[in-house]
Amino acid sequence: MDFLFFFLFAFIAVACAVSVVVQKHPIASALSLVGVMASIAVLYLQLGAEFLAMAQIIVYAGAVMVLFIFVIMLLNAGAESRSGRSYAAQLMGPPLLVALMASLGFAIMRGFPGGGTVKFDSFQGGTAQNIGYALFTDYLLPFEVTSVLILVAILGAIVLARKEMD
Amino acid sequence: MAEAMQSINLQAGVPISWYLVLSAVLFSLGVAGFLFRKSIITVFMCIELMLNAVNLSFVAFANQHKQVSGHIFTFFVMVVAAAEAAVGLAIILTVFKNRETLNIDEINSLKN
Amino acid sequence: MQNLWLIPALPFLGFLINGILGKKLPKMVINAVAVGSVVLSFLLVLNIWSSGGDLAANPIHQHYFTWIQSGEINIGWDYAVDKLTLIMLMVVTGIGSLIHVYATGYMAHEEGYYRFFAYLNLFMFFMLNLVLGGNYLLLFVGWEGVGLCSYLLIGFYFVKKSASTAGNKAFIVNRIGDFGFSLAMFLIVVNFGTLDFTKVFAAAPGKSTETLTAIALLLLLGATGKSAQIPLYVWLPDAMEGPTPVSALIHAATMVTAGVYMCTRSAVIFTHAPIAMDTVAIVGLATAVFAATIGLTQYDIKKVFAYSTVSQLGYMFLGVGVGAFSAGVWHLVTHAFFKALLFLGAGSVIHACHHEQDMRHMGGLRKYTPVTMAVLACASLAIAGVPGTSGFFSKDAILTAAYGHAPWMFWVGVVTAGMTAFYVWRAFWMTFWGEYRGHGHPHESPWSMLAPLVVLAFLSIAGGFLFNVPKILEGMFPAAEEVPGESMLMGISIAAGLAGIAISYYMYVVNPKLPQRISDGLGGIYRLVYDKYRIDELYDATVVNPVITGSRSLLWKVMDQGVIDGAVNGVGSEAQLAGGWLKMLQSGNIRSYATWVVLGAVCLLILIGVAEGVTR
Repeated sequence: MDFLFFFLFAFIAVACAVSVVVQKHPIASALSLVGVMASIAVLYLQLGAEFLAMAQIIVYAGAVMVLFIFVIMLLNAGAESRSGRSYAAQLMGPPLLVALMASLGFAIMRGFPGGGTVKFDSFQGGTAQNIGYALFTDYLLPFEVTSVLILVAILGAIVLARKEMD
Repeated sequence: MAEAMQSINLQAGVPISWYLVLSAVLFSLGVAGFLFRKSIITVFMCIELMLNAVNLSFVAFANQHKQVSGHIFTFFVMVVAAAEAAVGLAIILTVFKNRETLNIDEINSLKN
Repeated sequence: MQNLWLIPALPFLGFLINGILGKKLPKMVINAVAVGSVVLSFLLVLNIWSSGGDLAANPIHQHYFTWIQSGEINIGWDYAVDKLTLIMLMVVTGIGSLIHVYATGYMAHEEGYYRFFAYLNLFMFFMLNLVLGGNYLLLFVGWEGVGLCSYLLIGFYFVKKSASTAGNKAFIVNRIGDFGFSLAMFLIVVNFGTLDFTKVFAAAPGKSTETLTAIALLLLLGATGKSAQIPLYVWLPDAMEGPTPVSALIHAATMVTAGVYMCTRSAVIFTHAPIAMDTVAIVGLATAVFAATIGLTQYDIKKVFAYSTVSQLGYMFLGVGVGAFSAGVWHLVTHAFFKALLFLGAGSVIHACHHEQDMRHMGGLRKYTPVTMAVLACASLAIAGVPGTSGFFSKDAILTAAYGHAPWMFWVGVVTAGMTAFYVWRAFWMTFWGEYRGHGHPHESPWSMLAPLVVLAFLSIAGGFLFNVPKILEGMFPAAEEVPGESMLMGISIAAGLAGIAISYYMYVVNPKLPQRISDGLGGIYRLVYDKYRIDELYDATVVNPVITGSRSLLWKVMDQGVIDGAVNGVGSEAQLAGGWLKMLQSGNIRSYATWVVLGAVCLLILIGVAEGVTR
């Protein structure tokens, strides 16, 4: 059951990720990315991270992707143009990607030969209560600093976007 | 690999390393998109993809160690990603207004 | 349930409002924010004082959040209030409020009005943090913060070269002390695994004497920097470049007593390290005598009081060093009253004489500034230890304890007390008696300045009855041993104080030509003392100049110009060569750059893999 679940959503995630990369139109890429995020959210559920699964759906698949699609529509971005090229990326890209995958896989296989296994309900420390408790005790300062970061980001976005509007 | 598959007990659950492999695959796809795509928006989406891949491995590790810290890190990554998306898209807007293009190869003012 | 965090938070809020918006705010609003925030803190403290319950049995301890968590060490943002803290809080916020009120009058016509009050509020925030902190690190945050504010406020008139130099001097000298404090904290972490006061003090008796001595001596080094003791006292007299309210608040009443507070707070560590205790007592005593002799000769009214502060701080350390912690704290409190008053009174005098600080250009001011004269007389009586005044009780408590520890310390202390009375009253006579020798027409200060003076005058006289610190702190520290013949010792110290006053009256009122003849007669010795024993020159010759010359000839000419510049230039020309063909990489194309990043990542991964393969 767990295997079926994992394979199903891992497959969806990879398929959508491939689609993100190969689709010519940004809107299609964005919708595929929503698929990746949703399936990752399901995998989070399996890993016992229920709060994060919800946050993933709401924040990522919801807010962030809507922002992306909004910008795509605002700029009326079509299929990408063909002009310009990067010799470095074209020549070294494919072998490098293979090397990256290989070394990452090697590191994982080497580092986790007999690591643990994951089943539903094998870990229950990811509820909103747990997260909230950790955030407001051990991680209070980083949490507060993050709120400042968001404030700065909002201001930055406003300043950047406003400058050429007038 | 084949023997490894056989030795896995289907009742025991999914090995943690498979999640990590999935994470690695998604990350590499993100990198591929970054290298080969020309639309700046798509490139930006590939960055989000990479962040998601890393988040997945954080959550997997959290499960492995039975600790909530991994979730907290993921939470912070999400927050930072949201902030980054806001600023990044604002920058894209500005770039488009100034240059009338979204092609990453034509935005080359890092030179000269 | 009191919210302790509100006490420091209010001044911080005031700092934010005045610091960010102050330029555009009218003076009324700045005053209201600056004074109001501190007064509100004071009211909160009063509330704890009246309703805090039995602090000795169950001190208030509030944990807000975990600040640093690393391995075994867990440092929280904790505020704690016990009786010692409460006394410090009363002094800091109470006197702080008075001085804020005074400053609204004193600074009324200065440039950068809002800046001044923003700094002053920031200082209050850090000082309250220092006092409230429930562990050494939080204390250190306040400790550094008040140092920063002290630097900013000494250099408040930053267009004046001497002011900014004095600020730098204070900052740099304090770094030496802070270095010691940091080392002490490291030692505490290594030996105790925590910085929380309660845990450290609970575990301290079980540690070896050597460890505790090392910690205590390093703490003392920190205290000598902040509290201006030998050998690091040199910054305090120069700090008088700052505005007078700053001298009163920071460099007399509160910040400089932080060292005494810290030593008292660490009483458990000190009492288990006898050598360190003796060092504290001797450092304190030496500073007291040394600074008092310099004070005898100075003509700048603020310098006189500055050396007097150094000397009185020495007294407090003497008290701590001989084991009479509560007597030391008592003197801290009464000293805060009368020394703040002395400085504020001096400020009023300076204000009256159109910013003249040299006492040779004052005189006869009793006709023009009667209120200032009256309050300064109260303060001078208190510092001279005239019976019934606040200074009498605390000084007597310290001297009695010193006699119990070692009689010679008592005698040196008595001589110092005589000198103290002499130089303070010398300043008094020179300022208020005789004929006016300055220029312009002196005038009395406004009531916003005089009202705090009157309150402080009352406290200087009656503070000994109002705040019987040893009684309040009873049971916190090991009781001082009974000393036989206490009333006789009291008589001797009273006599010394009165003698000092009498001699100064004779020398500066009855027979004003006498001081000149004495100083001529003493010749070289007088010059030496007048030049403050040339300690600054000694430090310049032994420490500052070698560092400057060494930096200039060795580090700059040889190392910097020869080795580093040579290397840099060599590397530079090589780099130009290499860059010639490396610049091909700099295509300006983002995707190419990304490719190089991926190449680097893959190389790193492979390297890590290889390294792991080797180690396995």
